[in-house]
Amino acid sequence: MIRWLTKHIAAHPIAAFVVVFTIFPFVIPYEALAAQVLTYGLFALGFNIIYGYTGLLSFGHAAFWGLGAYGTGITLAKLGMTSLWIGLAAGVLAALVAGVVVGYLCLRRRGIYFAMLTLAFGQMIFFTGFHLSEWTGGDDGLRGIPRLPAELPGITIPLDTPLSLYYFTMVIVTLMLAGLKRILESPFGTVLQAIRENESRAEACGYDVRRVKLLSFTFSALFAGVAGALEAVRLNFVPIDALYWTTSAQVVIMTLLGGAGTFFGPFVGAATFLLLEDRLSQLMESWSLVIGIIFIAFVLFLPKGIWGTLLERLQRGGGRAAVAEPVEMRTSATADSPKEENGRA
Amino acid sequence: MAGLDLSLIASQAFTGLGLGVIFVLLAVGLSLIFGLMGVTNFAHGSLYMLGAYFSFSLLAFTGNFWVGLVGGALLVAVLGIVTEVVLLRPLVGRSSDHPLLLTFGLSLVLVEAVRLVWGKAGLELNTPTSLSGAVNLGFMFFPQYRLFVIAVTALSLLALWLFLTRTNVGLIIRAGTRDPLMVRALGFNFNAIRTIVFGIGAGLAGLAGALVGPLGGVYAEMGINIIIESFVVVVVGGMGSLLGAVVAGLLIGEVVSFTTLFAPKFSHLSVFIVMAVVLILRPSGLFGESGLME
Amino acid sequence: MKNCKSENLVSRRRFLAAAGASAIALPRWSFAQQKVIKIGFPTPLTSPYSTEAQDQVNGATLAVEEFNAKGGVLSRKIELLARDDQLKPGITAQKAKELIEKDQVDFMSGALSAHVQMAVNSQTKPAKMVYISISQANAITAMPDWSPWTFHEAFSPHMTTQAGGSWAIDNLGKRLFILYADYALGADLNAGIERIAKEKGATVVGKLPHVLGNPDFSPFVPKILASNADVLVINNYGKDQLNAVKDMHNFGVKKKMKIFFPLITFTGREDLGPVPYEEVYGGASFYWELARENPSAKRFVDAFQKRFNRPPGDYAGYAYSAIRLLLQSVEKAGTTHADKVAAQMAGATYDTYKGKQWMRKCDHQSFQDWYIVRSKPEKNQKGKYDVMDIVAKVPGSEPLERSCSELGHKT
Repeated sequence: MIRWLTKHIAAHPIAAFVVVFTIFPFVIPYEALAAQVLTYGLFALGFNIIYGYTGLLSFGHAAFWGLGAYGTGITLAKLGMTSLWIGLAAGVLAALVAGVVVGYLCLRRRGIYFAMLTLAFGQMIFFTGFHLSEWTGGDDGLRGIPRLPAELPGITIPLDTPLSLYYFTMVIVTLMLAGLKRILESPFGTVLQAIRENESRAEACGYDVRRVKLLSFTFSALFAGVAGALEAVRLNFVPIDALYWTTSAQVVIMTLLGGAGTFFGPFVGAATFLLLEDRLSQLMESWSLVIGIIFIAFVLFLPKGIWGTLLERLQRGGGRAAVAEPVEMRTSATADSPKEENGRA
Repeated sequence: MAGLDLSLIASQAFTGLGLGVIFVLLAVGLSLIFGLMGVTNFAHGSLYMLGAYFSFSLLAFTGNFWVGLVGGALLVAVLGIVTEVVLLRPLVGRSSDHPLLLTFGLSLVLVEAVRLVWGKAGLELNTPTSLSGAVNLGFMFFPQYRLFVIAVTALSLLALWLFLTRTNVGLIIRAGTRDPLMVRALGFNFNAIRTIVFGIGAGLAGLAGALVGPLGGVYAEMGINIIIESFVVVVVGGMGSLLGAVVAGLLIGEVVSFTTLFAPKFSHLSVFIVMAVVLILRPSGLFGESGLME
Repeated sequence: MKNCKSENLVSRRRFLAAAGASAIALPRWSFAQQKVIKIGFPTPLTSPYSTEAQDQVNGATLAVEEFNAKGGVLSRKIELLARDDQLKPGITAQKAKELIEKDQVDFMSGALSAHVQMAVNSQTKPAKMVYISISQANAITAMPDWSPWTFHEAFSPHMTTQAGGSWAIDNLGKRLFILYADYALGADLNAGIERIAKEKGATVVGKLPHVLGNPDFSPFVPKILASNADVLVINNYGKDQLNAVKDMHNFGVKKKMKIFFPLITFTGREDLGPVPYEEVYGGASFYWELARENPSAKRFVDAFQKRFNRPPGDYAGYAYSAIRLLLQSVEKAGTTHADKVAAQMAGATYDTYKGKQWMRKCDHQSFQDWYIVRSKPEKNQKGKYDVMDIVAKVPGSEPLERSCSELGHKT
């Protein structure tokens, strides 16, 4: 039964996504949580592009999520724009520009140095946001983001109920998902994975590795930015911790739980993490202990994550996994000894 | 006026030293672990925190500060050894991200576990009465206890240096950071080496925590706050370089201290700016690449 | 007729969607009929302020239990839904949203610290839910954050500094050095100190920010000592105060200047003991020894002591008072309808635990007395909680706060 489900979901990812997430809010305790799964899922999806598919661990991805949120929030709350689309676009643009700049500066290095550089820039953006309190609200957060309706040619759809907001978010996320599928199925997507498996060989084959990595990082930031923009609209509020490194850490956990380098992994991971957190924090005060233990168990025994492991079982069972589900083999560039990583400029 | 300014600078420099030595203890452990094992130990901050908690409990139990200090560090070293054997050894041969992720998960677990055992509110530890005075350095009164911390760090570094240069095990460790494969090929039990190194690194972190307890208080979040700065120090110094860890630790301590004086809003950020600048100019950190002792 | 609570809309839609029916008009009462009155209460149970947070929960619990013992309000029992917000605005907004949409609470209280309050308000304001905040903030009574359903039981940092700063300048000295936590509370307290200093002809000789949650104050000492100030005004709270006091004591700063905390944390003195706190002054909204002279305080302190085996702190007092005022107003209004309850609260005069208090109509700020305390010396201390002496009372008065028009309210 599970195998059948997995096979069909893997074969028709977009359709499966639409089906699952259409009924999702009725299965979940409340719509705002369901919408949160969508926004964090998209965030994790974006992170997965640079980590799971390209093999580079970024510790500063909260910056793009946060910039997406603040860009949208500031445009709608402080600049008083009356179009939801302009607000969203502003957030996405902010994340995109930051992605290009940060990516360009950090991608000179790999491995742990790359991770630390992304962390440094992430923290710098956090501090800037913290101190520009005229615009961002500082640590009080950005309040007063209005819930504007979605204006389309012909009709205006109000988003002021939890359910309508949920479906709006779902439509946007579905579009992004379809976009990601196109990216991954293209030659670009294949080169990404080649880089992940063995960067020097990809370079030897003639690919402009640096450019590809920058493009990947930019896409990754773009997805995170869209997610952040949607989150700002969902909460009508942007907290300053959206830019803090602990948010970057959260998205890493979600991606690993679900399965890095898989198409649906991030969503599975986001849903698992958020639902666990919601349920457990009601039941016990020390829920993060449980999450920590689960996480350790995953690293030890299920490093491919929930979805990744399901896919692997499927493949081993003789079924044919879909083209859109490249299974994770190894993250980061092979088992390099630290020497080898350091040796490259 | 000039004399006054000079004593202000000297005071600031000395407090920077006091800050820096804690970074040094943490960075040396982290660098040692990374240099030999290739493991980025995200749980290092939690080991530091546990050092503080263990020393608190030992002090409460025995009434003796020195037992608390040494015992706390030793207990953390033991915990480090257990962690390495049970959790990290299975990950050998896998992607280098896995130990990082696992130690991250471990840090979450340790923080929560501490809250369960010792409560959520944090604890206060008093400096031992023998060290409670202040010393007149001329330009300022410096608390005795803080001088003690500086002294203990210096002694620990000396002990570590002697261990690495004068003992056989130390020699094997140094060789292992240069060429793990060769050391294995020569027949040494590399697993044991890894365990010892992780134990030493953990012990240093625990010592730092035990030392800091009377200063900043003992609370579950203390490791989370310092782990990021510790990584910055290690990266600035050069991952795997002990000299780098020492130099960078003191440097960062002074950077924090002086930015507090001249540009206080930036003092927290300054650490990251320094790291970004260093990495862009010297990609492997100040002393990175050449192995442990250079 | 206007819907008072948006969650009635939510529950109706859920039902419609699940039943697959369309636009069946069902009377509102069949969904709004909740037997229990629920009060949402986010507070930082895991954070550097966790002791004060627990204090808040205890104070609120006592108030709820007192009302339930008399049969509840409007013949309905009251339930307090406390949630851990970890002192993080993002988590708080999410928890507040959950309390509103999922738990369908009728009212909201709680939050400790300015930035977290604003996160709660960001959710209660669009939901048109009554929120009575119980910690210090400057922004919550001002436009644009204020709403007709937002109430502020606690002192604002502005009032705190006008009351306390005034006393400190008169009694401790005119040259002030400010050490502050670099976040909203610190900045608000600073603005207040600088304002009162200007008014009274005192000088601020230096200012240094520290990061929230700072364990080591040694790098600040040289500059503080070099400033030759009379008073070191420390604008922070919780663990930060404790650590600041320790380091100032150990480096001999107290020998050269007096230390004043506009908003003092009692638990710091309880934990550290009398020696580091020797001759330290501070301001607070309540100290349990008020029970000696004030009958309302005696009633509150005795009940709290009996229930929790320790005397209440100032934040327990805020919580107790806020919940009492809320429930009294629900009783007077005869309904849980937010607009009607808010109307009762807006002009209320009340005495819940320490004497006369009143809500200013334009901004819903509670006016009340403020107290200046000094750390009790070791030789006088008789018990674990016997840590302060009350040295002065600043009676509540509206000039202590910014005017209605300054806050952006139309009068």
